[in-house]
Formats: sequence, structure tokens, C-alpha cells
Amino acid sequence: MGTDVLDATFAALADPTRRAILTRLAAGDATVMELAAPFAMSQPAISKHLKVLERAGLVSRGRDAQRRPCHLEARPLRAATDWLENYRRYWEESYQRLDALLEELQAPGRETKRTQA
Amino acid sequence: MNRTRELTVSTPTDREIVLRRDFDAPAALVFDALTRPELLTRWFGARGWNLVVCEVDLRIGGAWRFVSRGPADAEMAHGGTYRVIDRPCCLVYTELFDDQSYPGESLISHEFVERAGVTALTTTVLYATPDGRDRVLKYPMARGVGESFERLAAVLADVRMDTRGDAS
Repeated sequence: MGTDVLDATFAALADPTRRAILTRLAAGDATVMELAAPFAMSQPAISKHLKVLERAGLVSRGRDAQRRPCHLEARPLRAATDWLENYRRYWEESYQRLDALLEELQAPGRETKRTQA
Repeated sequence: MNRTRELTVSTPTDREIVLRRDFDAPAALVFDALTRPELLTRWFGARGWNLVVCEVDLRIGGAWRFVSRGPADAEMAHGGTYRVIDRPCCLVYTELFDDQSYPGESLISHEFVERAGVTALTTTVLYATPDGRDRVLKYPMARGVGESFERLAAVLADVRMDTRGDAS
């Protein structure tokens, strides 16, 4: 997967409406009208968001000229979440080292008491 | 103790990364671990990366500079200036990498909220551009450090098994 595609994926995911559209499509294909229904938005506004999602390869449109149902393409989404998960794991590992340090820093007081007792 | 704390990472806007995690320690101690070189050098980094230079001038407008060394002696340097220092609640500073491939300084804000001896640390990294944010998300893997570290981990596992064999 090229980085340009990944950039487009992240940009597409930055908008809450577009994330909501993807969540809806995860439950099954839908037409623009069906997608617009839960939002206080016009169909052209939803169509604009769909174009961004299509360019990012996250959504494809059916061939049926009348309905052109929208379909979620999961593969680029998976690539984006993989990057996030990798970033998370890196910091999780660093924070586990911080956990160990914090535990050690709080331990000497207890040890001293034990030694004195 | 030894409770597993979950780190959550989110991207609320196209220029931000937000990390949130609890620590079993008072806020002042967590704050110190993020600002005192003798503590930072003991935890900052992962996958074989460790701080080899850690300079902190903890004043508003004061500079910080970290150099980390990683697998195959790769080095990575970054630094910035402190903007807000409010121990133990809040710490804000700028960040710029020496070999940064995207324009502009990032702004890092740490918020420390202590409740019943547990400190919730929320770190927000605000990038100058969405492109910078996206590059950083790819960063840990882009350097191929994951692979090198896995090799190192395998070696260490062998060493540990040998030691155990000797002890028994």
C-alpha cells in the first residue's frame, strides 16, 4: 500500500461525519438518500463526503444507475488502523518502562520502613 | 500494583494524536518522570531506543533536547522549548526533530489528573500540518526498528534460557 493512499485514508477519517458514514456502511450497503437520513445534512453535502471517501478508496459505488449503493472497502481502513496500532504499541512499550520506574520510585519508602521494623 | 493499564490512541482531528493512560503514581511523580533527565533516561523510548542525551531547562522559554540511540547505532534527535510548566497539572512544550521531513513545530501538551493515587495522563500532540501528523503515525515502523528489535528480543530470550539452565 502506497503512502499516498494512506495519507488519503487518514485525511478521510479525520471528519466525524465521514467516520459516521463508514460506521453505517459497516452494517451494510446504503444509498446516498439512506446515508443522508440520520444527518442534518443535504444529499449534496453527503455526496461531497462520499467523494472524499471514494478518493481514499474507502467506499465504492454500485453500478445500478438509479441507486448507486455505497459499499465499504475495508482494506485501506485496515492499513490505517494498523499504523495507529503500531504507534500505540510503541508508546505502550515505553509507558511500561515508565510503570516499572514509578513503582520503583515509590518502593524505597516502604523498604526503609521494613528495614527499620 | 501490576494492573495492566490500557493506552488509548486517538486522532480527534487531522492534525492531532491523543494518547491517554493511567499510572499507579501521584501526579507529581509522573510529572517528574517527564521532566527530570535522571528519570527520563530510565524509561523514554522503546524497541531498543534509549536516551543518550537528555537536556532539560525547565523554565518557560527554556530548551529541551533529547538524542536517542537505537538498533544499529541509529540516532534520532529532537528538541524544543517549554511553554507551560504547572507542576503537577500541566506541561506544554514545542517539538522539532533534527531530520524532520515535514514542516513546522509540533506542540505537545500533557495533562495530569490524579484520583485516588492514580494519575490519568493525557498527551495531545498537535502537528503544524495534517501531513506531519500522518508521517509520525507511520514513523515507528518506517525506520524498520520493529524488525531489529524483534531480532534482539529473540537473542535475549536465548540468553535468558541459557542462564536459567545454568541456575538449575
